[in-house]
Amino acid sequence: MNFEVLIASSIDGLTLGFVFGLMAMGLTLIFGVMKVINLGHGPFIVMGMFAVLVLSQNLGINPYVALPIVIVLGLVTGIVTYFVAVHRVINAPELTTLLATFSVNMMLIGALTILFTTSPRGLSLELPSFRAGTITVLGTRVVAVLIASLVTGALYAFLYRTHTGKSIRAVANNRAAAELMGINSSWILALSFGIGTVLAMVAGSLLATLFGFTVLSGGGLETKSFVIVVLGGLGNPTGALLGGIIIGLLESITTIFMPVSYVPVFEFVVFILILLFRPNGILGAR
Amino acid sequence: MKVLTSPSLWIVLLVVLAVALIPMIANLPALREELFVLLMLIILASSVNIIMGYTGYVSFGHIVFFGIGGYTGFFLVQTLQMHVALAALIGGGVASLIAFLMGMPVLRLRGAYFALATIGINEAFRTLVTNIDQLGGAVGMLLQFSVYDAYGGAKEASQLAYYGIILVALLTITASFMIKKSKFGLALMAIREDQDTAMVLGIDPARAKVMTYAISAFFPALAGALFFFKNGNIEPGPAFELHRSIEALVMVMLGGFGTVTGPIIGAFVYERLRGFLITDPTFSNAHLVISGALLLIIVLFVTAGVIGWLRQQSPVLRRYLE
Repeated sequence: MNFEVLIASSIDGLTLGFVFGLMAMGLTLIFGVMKVINLGHGPFIVMGMFAVLVLSQNLGINPYVALPIVIVLGLVTGIVTYFVAVHRVINAPELTTLLATFSVNMMLIGALTILFTTSPRGLSLELPSFRAGTITVLGTRVVAVLIASLVTGALYAFLYRTHTGKSIRAVANNRAAAELMGINSSWILALSFGIGTVLAMVAGSLLATLFGFTVLSGGGLETKSFVIVVLGGLGNPTGALLGGIIIGLLESITTIFMPVSYVPVFEFVVFILILLFRPNGILGAR
Repeated sequence: MKVLTSPSLWIVLLVVLAVALIPMIANLPALREELFVLLMLIILASSVNIIMGYTGYVSFGHIVFFGIGGYTGFFLVQTLQMHVALAALIGGGVASLIAFLMGMPVLRLRGAYFALATIGINEAFRTLVTNIDQLGGAVGMLLQFSVYDAYGGAKEASQLAYYGIILVALLTITASFMIKKSKFGLALMAIREDQDTAMVLGIDPARAKVMTYAISAFFPALAGALFFFKNGNIEPGPAFELHRSIEALVMVMLGGFGTVTGPIIGAFVYERLRGFLITDPTFSNAHLVISGALLLIIVLFVTAGVIGWLRQQSPVLRRYLE
């Protein structure tokens, strides 16, 4: 086997894995705090893609400079979605919250289809790439990894170093006890949903700088997020990042050994096996 | 079987049968196509309700059994020239067997973990079938037209499939009713309310759940075999379409979780509404937005669904409306 091919695809997978990890963190954060599986995750990712598309193509803002705007947009979208669709049923059985977030999915996909149709889109972005021998790393990939790491670092600093972040962790741990300590849990839950949405949208924006996309790209990315989240343990952001990197590496390296079309079969079988035998993820205790 | 003499069941069966026979008597092929889809949705929604409504296990990827039945039936009709009725039955058997084998480990999971696992199973089957060349891979299979000759032509084959789907729909409704009214059904509902307490009362939850899962896998598989036989082609995408699976859950919620007539009403209302929204010029673009908003309103405010709400209104309805 060619050693350089292995290195090249490892770098490829690793860079993609960081973005996947960021994407899955949004899903896992929401589950960790409020035990809701957000079926609107895919459309949120797609919203990130189209937000950066509109900002860069129609308003001429550089896609990376547009990211703060995407973050604000994500926060608002998430908080509004929480109060409209999730707040009333937050204590209901999981079917109810699954269907409530699925209705958000339907509405967003419907609205995005009206606005943008389902034709394929792409960003035109020219960045210098890095070369070492036969291995080339695209500039967009490097920037994507840097931004993904930056956002992850900011998330951890927020969760562990600020008062609000501590409140989020307290609510995730035990909502009733947190309320007794004077934490306004509704607001914290809404904020967590907002942050989850921000992560999905930023990941979407970064993916838009790497690949072409359509309004319907969210479905596949959403199922991929499920796989990553389960791999890392539902509700565990560190696990999600690790899971993202594993899936990224897996997708690029396994293609050397098996046909590309078998990779998803392998992924979903691993997904089911992890759910059955390590439901807390590869990092979690048994 | 005392439950089989219950008027509540017979009224429902007769209404469904009467509506289903209209296109055959009045000779309306377009309406027949519409009703075929409606009956198929009734089968899907009622089957999902058997596992979800009675035991509380949200089978998100239930469409996997529709696909398995469809592919098994199609393969047998295509390669062995088997009669479609036999092929569908074998498809149902295969789906039930797979549900039984997978159910044993997967039904140990609770809540969200189970829902996620069923999504994973559906995706695993979809991607696996895409890779099997004997089943046509990603492009699927096309039925040779000569296959229909054994049934007297394409028109007759299509009619046969329609009678078949009526029969399967009636069987599904009957099974749903019988389970609900039996001691077995009571055990399932005990599991739904509190699995640990049910266990203390001497119910074996693992066995009851696996059996229910296998039963609920049987009917969608029959529907899948008939549907793809009538269509004449099968592809992995439409056979294992997760979206349709979620739509079946929506129908159950719309009509009434855990009721027999609920999924039927839910399937009818959902399908009519979607048909109206898609064909109406003012709404056709926004049909997803409108159905999403309606779903949200139902989930947030009418949690019991249409039938559940009616049952809450009067004791008479509670007695006769199942």
